[in-house]
Amino acid sequence: MSNKNRSVQTVVATGIGAAIIFVLMKFIAIPTGISNTQVNVAEGFLPLLAAIYGPVAAGLAMFIGHSLNDFVTYGSPWWTWVIVDGLVGVAFGLFKRQLDIQSGKISAAKLVLFNVYQIVVNFIGWVLLAPTGDILIYHEPASKVYLQGVVTWLLNSASVAIIGTILLILYAKTRTKRGSLKKEK
Amino acid sequence: MAEPLISFKDFSFKYDSQAEDTLKHIDLDIYPGEKVLIAGASGSGKSTLGRVINGLIPHAYPGTISGSCIVNGKEVADSSLFDLSFDVGTVLQDSDSQFVGLTVAEDMAFSLENDQVPQAEMRSAVTKWAKTLQLNELLKNSPQEISGGQKQRVAMGGVLIDESRILLFDEPLASLDPAAGLASMELINDLATKQNLTVVIIEHRIEEALHANIDRLVVLQDGEIVANDKPDRILVSEKIIELGLREPLYLSVLRRAGIAIADCQQISHAETITNPAIAKSLKSWTRDVKLNQADEKKSNLLELQNIKFAYDDGKNVIDNVNLVVHRGEMISLVGQNGTGKSTLSSLITGFLTPTNGKILFAGEDMAELSVKERAEKIGYILQDPNQMISKTTVFEEVSSGLVLRQIASKEIQGRVNKILKICGLYEMRHWPISALSFGQKKRVTIASILVLDPEMLILDEPTAGQDFRHYTEIMSFLEKVCADKDLTIILITHDMHLMLEYTMRTIVLDAGHVIMDDIPAKVLTNADVLQRASLAKTSLYTLAQRFGLPSADDFVAKFIESERRAR
Amino acid sequence: MAKNLFVGYNERDTFLHRLSGSTKLIGFVSLSIIGMLTFDTRFLLGIFLFSVILFWKSKIKFSEISFILKVIIAFAIFNIILVYVFSPSYGMSIYGSQHMIFGDPNHFFNLSWEELLYLFNVMLKYTFAVPLALVFLLTTEPSEFAASLNKIGISYRISYSVEITLRYIPDVQRDYRTISLAQQARGYEISKKANLMTRAKGAIQIILPLIFTSLDRIETVSQAMSLRRFGRHNKRTWYMARRFKMADYLALFLILLIVIIGITLFKVNNGRFWNPFK
Ligand SMILES: Nc1ncnc2c1ncn2[C@@H]1O[C@H](COP(=O)(O)OP(=O)(O)OP(=O)(O)O)[C@@H](O)[C@H]1O
Ligand SMILES: Nc1ncnc2c1ncn2[C@@H]1O[C@H](COP(=O)(O)OP(=O)(O)OP(=O)(O)O)[C@@H](O)[C@H]1O
Ligand SMILES: [Mg+2]
Ligand SMILES: [Mg+2]
Repeated sequence: MSNKNRSVQTVVATGIGAAIIFVLMKFIAIPTGISNTQVNVAEGFLPLLAAIYGPVAAGLAMFIGHSLNDFVTYGSPWWTWVIVDGLVGVAFGLFKRQLDIQSGKISAAKLVLFNVYQIVVNFIGWVLLAPTGDILIYHEPASKVYLQGVVTWLLNSASVAIIGTILLILYAKTRTKRGSLKKEK
Repeated sequence: MAEPLISFKDFSFKYDSQAEDTLKHIDLDIYPGEKVLIAGASGSGKSTLGRVINGLIPHAYPGTISGSCIVNGKEVADSSLFDLSFDVGTVLQDSDSQFVGLTVAEDMAFSLENDQVPQAEMRSAVTKWAKTLQLNELLKNSPQEISGGQKQRVAMGGVLIDESRILLFDEPLASLDPAAGLASMELINDLATKQNLTVVIIEHRIEEALHANIDRLVVLQDGEIVANDKPDRILVSEKIIELGLREPLYLSVLRRAGIAIADCQQISHAETITNPAIAKSLKSWTRDVKLNQADEKKSNLLELQNIKFAYDDGKNVIDNVNLVVHRGEMISLVGQNGTGKSTLSSLITGFLTPTNGKILFAGEDMAELSVKERAEKIGYILQDPNQMISKTTVFEEVSSGLVLRQIASKEIQGRVNKILKICGLYEMRHWPISALSFGQKKRVTIASILVLDPEMLILDEPTAGQDFRHYTEIMSFLEKVCADKDLTIILITHDMHLMLEYTMRTIVLDAGHVIMDDIPAKVLTNADVLQRASLAKTSLYTLAQRFGLPSADDFVAKFIESERRAR
Repeated sequence: MAKNLFVGYNERDTFLHRLSGSTKLIGFVSLSIIGMLTFDTRFLLGIFLFSVILFWKSKIKFSEISFILKVIIAFAIFNIILVYVFSPSYGMSIYGSQHMIFGDPNHFFNLSWEELLYLFNVMLKYTFAVPLALVFLLTTEPSEFAASLNKIGISYRISYSVEITLRYIPDVQRDYRTISLAQQARGYEISKKANLMTRAKGAIQIILPLIFTSLDRIETVSQAMSLRRFGRHNKRTWYMARRFKMADYLALFLILLIVIIGITLFKVNNGRFWNPFK
């Protein structure tokens, strides 16, 4: 596929990816009772988007989807979290090469490695970056934002570990190896 | 003779994931100003051929090419997609996905925006084409607010605005109502003449497509060209039928009445075909065929009482519908694009809840039943197959309902394989669904519901994108189950032939009301209903009229009867 | 689109509707950034009032926004309570003084005027941008949005991604609804009572077709767009773009003025907080 074509694909994947993220956030987020935190199915979709279309599409799609969702539910986006979410998308996208999901072969080892990676990424994002941003920008009490951060870290990692992993496996199954499709009698 | 505008020379193509070539040694020349119809069974490579012409192959679909394809002097493999797009304007099968703008006007201007045309120029171009295509009123509408036929016209506007010389349509008729389909074909013909365009149409419905005054018919089979000539010359023989395609209905009836098509002139339209013997033979044939009496009325299965429904915008899409469906009936539900057919089926299956009225199934009120409980009685096959498919391979998908019902895996194997054979999918049972063509996917969804043995089936556009062979196989199978097991079937369709040939009763929906409920032949002779519901009379009526048969109804009914017997 | 995003563009004729989308976008972004940074209660109240006036001028009906307003108020109150419960004396540590209403500064639970002011600030920060956001959403035609993004310097590819998002949200939403019903009809139970793992599996059962349909759609849409030459040049024009008029320049000037006031206040206050307790 030519490069120009791929860039169009990235634009479309960003746009439609963001639309999916928006719809998932809006309709199937399961609230946990701690404000701002929910089991987010959209987070589980992110690794797949990232594995297929790479860091730019995943990062931007999350950024756009999340800010739109904030816009229409809370009136204005909570920028620190929106940005961190975008960065998590970028980080997942950086793992695209290693996963190489288009090959259709995705071994258990690769999946374990990816899960370790995502837990670390989520930790950096939700326990280190987001709360620090909240303290710096919004001046909220540290204990509150760190608790929110830790809960979000756990929930998002779980969401990626369960939903994300299953989606990766199922998608890989739909990829066909070169020259493999033959009619069977 | 002029230079060909499109020229394939010993062209072959293999998709990377396929083991064999999808297109094999294609030799095809298309000349400026020609209108070419490409027909062929589902999976024969029609769309693939189209993708070569517009450059998506090899620029978006990875694969191996041999031979050459030259479009307007450019070798496809060596030119960029952008360069080719100036020569070829493509209207994709899925006009919904082609609609990328937020409004009609923006979508029409899309390619001009990309060419950095100044705003004022874009506005005048959009105004000009909106006028030609009768879209003026809709310029500010969003894609969710316009009908299928209108969406297709927007898609045409979006490519015509480029002034490219070649127009390519992939299955333009698949989801249009009959009147919109005819209008579309006439529009294509009209534009082609006025703008001197070269048109390539890929379509299963040969008879309807011929309304665009096709100059040449190309038939593909398994990736090879097996016929390539003036439509008249191909239609004379029974070649089309041998290839598993559907020949125009008026030709079939003439053959049945014992008229040799070879002796007729101008055979590509029912309006023009002539031969001195036609009138006499048709009259005597009509006299000889005897009609069977209709069956006795059976018990009520489904009853709709005063059903009303409105979406969020508050307008009643379904307005006071009363309907009784008897056990064992095969019914067709027809009407204009966007009139509420799919909505009505969603109400029956519990996907939507009526604002008013009652739905009874075998006398029992269904209001309390969940979607799942209703689904055990009524199987619903949605219009868009992608919305139903949740597994990755064909076999898994078809068996998933049985697995959930905890049936022993041995039995599952047997039942699934049997249904896969009927639906022509057995050979592909281990393929990932992503490698199937649209028609094949649709069959997967039909199979996955049929395998569950429901009491009643609702099929939304079962034959959209199907070739005639599979269409006949599926319909004959449904007809058989309908007779053997008293299965009740509602078909939602835009295909008048399907309605005529397979269903005993037609319900015509218009603006939320049932405006007619009668045998199909009667529906097609009611000019008022035809016009209101955007239906089209078939070529059979044209024949009856042109050759002065006493009763068009009777003639049609007899033809259908004899077709049924022949099956 | 209006219905699908719960709040959305509404065609009316006010000066806000006539302003270019870019102006409104710049206004919203710069005011919300400066408001996010400052803790000057007077300034926050000022912007809040300003945006309420704009809101009133835009002739938006209350019924159009009553739903979103309820959610926002609930969200703000909940957060304020959390902020207080986790650190009741945070206000005192910020302002560096202790004016008690009740309780002892050395015990965990107490209430001071400093805390109240701090909480009031937080409350304002949660809400001041809401009228602005609503004005922006309800007076800007979605079609113009992408053009505006591009105009303020964001690359046209990213701008167009946003347009695609807005274009396909209603479709994805409809697909989602239909798919979830079709899956229930196939026999999947989607019960609220099930445990987390079962629910996750149920969710996957629905989102899988949604995702696969959407991935297919990404393919077709990018093909449709390449066939119409999206991405050929480094720039593109926009059918829906609007030129800046006099009113836009005036509005931009006003915005600049407010931002300058905000920045000056940082200097005057010696930091982000306005401290009346000194
Ligand atoms: N992207 C693809 N990758 C691999 N194989 C493909 C791809 N697209 C189509 N095929 C295969 O190529 C063959 C021809 O497909 P094509 O879509 O051209 O058929 P078609 O004649 O247009 O059928 P239909 O009438 O159902 O649309 C089919 O067997 C199909 O499985
Ligand atoms: N989810 C929805 N929300 C709002 N309006 C809808 C929705 N779905 C359909 N409509 C509208 O309801 C009307 C009936 O739509 P429906 O899909 O039932 O038509 P149809 O008869 O099945 O058309 P077609 O032949 O094109 O499939 C249309 O005007 C459509 O725009
Ligand atoms: Mg095709
Ligand atoms: Mg429909």
